[in-house]
Amino acid sequence: MGSTDVLGRTEGGDLRLVGLTKRFGAFTAVDNLDLTIPQGSFFALLGASGCGKTTTLRMVSGLEDPTAGQIFLGDQDVTDAKPYRRPVNTVFQNYALFPHLDIFENVAFGLRRRGFKSVKPQVEAMLELVELGHLAKRKPTQLSGGQQQRIALARALINEPQVLLLDEPLGALDLKLRRQMQIELKRIQTEVGLTFVHVTHDQEEAMTMADTIAVMNHGRIEQLGSPAELYENPATTFVANFLGQSNLIPGTVETSTDDVVTVSAHGRKLTLDAKRCRSVSGKVILGVRPEKVQLAVSEADVPSGFNALGGTVSDASFIGVSTQYLVKLPSGQEISVFEQNTGRAIQRPGTEVFVYWDPSQGFGLDGSQDIGAGAALDEEGAA
Amino acid sequence: MSSTALLDKSDPPAAGAPPEDRKPRRNFTPWVLLLPGLLWLILFFLVPILTSVSASVQTGNFDDGFKLTWHWANYVDAVKPYWRQYLHSGIFSVATTVLCLALGYPVAYFIAFKGGKWKSLLMALVIVPSFTSFLIRTIAWKTILADNGFVVRILNDLYILKITSKLGITVGTHVLASPGAVVCGMVYNFLPFMILPLYTSLEKIDPRLLEAGNDLYCGTFQTWRRITLPLSMPGVIGGTLLTFIPAIGDYINAQLLGNANTGVVGQSIENLFLRKTDGYPVGSAMSVIMMVGTLVLVMMYIRKAGTEDLI
Ligand SMILES: Nc1ncnc2c1ncn2[C@@H]1O[C@H](COP(=O)(O)OP(=O)(O)OP(=O)(O)O)[C@@H](O)[C@H]1O
Ligand SMILES: [Mg+2]
Repeated sequence: MGSTDVLGRTEGGDLRLVGLTKRFGAFTAVDNLDLTIPQGSFFALLGASGCGKTTTLRMVSGLEDPTAGQIFLGDQDVTDAKPYRRPVNTVFQNYALFPHLDIFENVAFGLRRRGFKSVKPQVEAMLELVELGHLAKRKPTQLSGGQQQRIALARALINEPQVLLLDEPLGALDLKLRRQMQIELKRIQTEVGLTFVHVTHDQEEAMTMADTIAVMNHGRIEQLGSPAELYENPATTFVANFLGQSNLIPGTVETSTDDVVTVSAHGRKLTLDAKRCRSVSGKVILGVRPEKVQLAVSEADVPSGFNALGGTVSDASFIGVSTQYLVKLPSGQEISVFEQNTGRAIQRPGTEVFVYWDPSQGFGLDGSQDIGAGAALDEEGAA
Repeated sequence: MSSTALLDKSDPPAAGAPPEDRKPRRNFTPWVLLLPGLLWLILFFLVPILTSVSASVQTGNFDDGFKLTWHWANYVDAVKPYWRQYLHSGIFSVATTVLCLALGYPVAYFIAFKGGKWKSLLMALVIVPSFTSFLIRTIAWKTILADNGFVVRILNDLYILKITSKLGITVGTHVLASPGAVVCGMVYNFLPFMILPLYTSLEKIDPRLLEAGNDLYCGTFQTWRRITLPLSMPGVIGGTLLTFIPAIGDYINAQLLGNANTGVVGQSIENLFLRKTDGYPVGSAMSVIMMVGTLVLVMMYIRKAGTEDLI
């Protein structure tokens, strides 16, 4: 693509945070963060409100001084470099477009400050990339929110930074525009091949866009990995609850071999793949995603070798593509089940049923954690 | 309603008629509301201006009365002997405006960006002195700049007055009764008019814009030059106008802090009005010249400032 010629950047390196810490008075906003973000990757920093995402970005861009720790770009230590001396640019949460300059000058701003003589071709190419070339003469206030967001992106991107920081750039947009911009952002990142660090508290956004996600909680990284890895093998109850929904069942390990771990819970024996088990002795928490759980009317219908628990349907809501059930176990815990709409009859509340799942689809967590961590903090609840 | 809806064809004229009925009454109310303001403007703005203009082309004296004789030569008499006064008014007001801007901008900037929770208190401190009478504050400067005061002593000790008196700003080893003292008094008196609009426009600037500038390769000075300054231009324009317009008409400072060689137009007008029996027409002509002159200058300034960035 032509745009990669404009921005083509080969040298550079990974962004490395080493022991990065930020305290505001006695409050620790970012706590001893160690993180390596590979060059050219789309990295998402996901976490609830107030967990320190913006603070982390501000330290990387140089707008905030770390209390401790270091920041490396490649093998260059930029911890003490002034923000205007770093090859890092930010797309601000509120866009922060310059109201006294038109769109063209906003986008040209960085190049002009670095003393580029002719900026027209680059600016035009960049406006083309974000598909807003026709608005070059307008002032920022004359643009819609989505257009402003794209200009904020163009204004940062045109500088070919080694790392582009995006602080919830889609937060202010409505759902439809947000989805559209997610696709657009991903396309642009693929086209220009720069390192994107994207902050969000929308888990769906992180999952659809990022190569790697870091889930942050109280200033620390809870878990780091690809979207699929995080979803299938959450390391903590926080990640299990924050990223999608999980049924978390507390139990005790009975036996464990190299392959299989047997757990007793709710008076039954449940099995787990040992490779997906974070703790193989004592108290554990067994987790399974609602869409992996199925319903059977009698125990005879449960395939052999599957985990099964008996209970009563307490709620059934038909969504169209699926039916969401809540099944109450005798102990009082409710198991959530998403059953795909395959034409099967809907079980009415009050019906006695069995929930069952393939043991290889479950995951095991350390039983000493708070089972509800991160549960209330889904996408909107975070605000 | 439902029956008229059926009569589609006869509807439009019927619907068109009532608004025509209501029209006059609807236009009447704003006029009534405007009336007090209009009367006020006519009585205290238009009539005095017309009186001045008419007086400026009259002849006569207090004993025999003044007659409208279209004596345009009054304007020649209003300029020729007084060119020094026009020059002084111009120099003093421009110097005052420039100095107020130079002193007021850093103050407003500091309060707006570094004031934090003290912002309101600091702004109050800027304004509070204006609660004292203009005259008293100006007289106070006589004490501050008195020959045996510490200001003059220090300036003398540092040989600064030697330099300034060479430049014609002060006279000998004194500060009082000099152009410098006049400008000092004016700057002091008009500074709040500069700081207030500057502060208002600086305070409105989103600090995140400055961070964005920092992120986009601007150091502290460039951030100010490229972002803060352009965004504070409304304050600069407002402040300079609010300072310049009263400054060019001011003559209290020149009267109290100046000498025989610092006369300004206001002083001459006062003399013509109050101390000469036939000075009325020429004094009026000078007022008209000042009014029109200021208006033209301000219009030129606003036009220049409005279309370009002025920088
Ligand atoms: N300047 C500051 N002084 C004191 N505390 C601060 C300051 N800036 C941030 N904090 C605190 O640090 C914590 C992390 O803030 P940060 O802005 O990084 O959160 P975030 O993860 O970006 O949240 P959000 O998703 O709401 O934007 C918050 O609890 C916040 O109150
Ligand atoms: Mg934030």
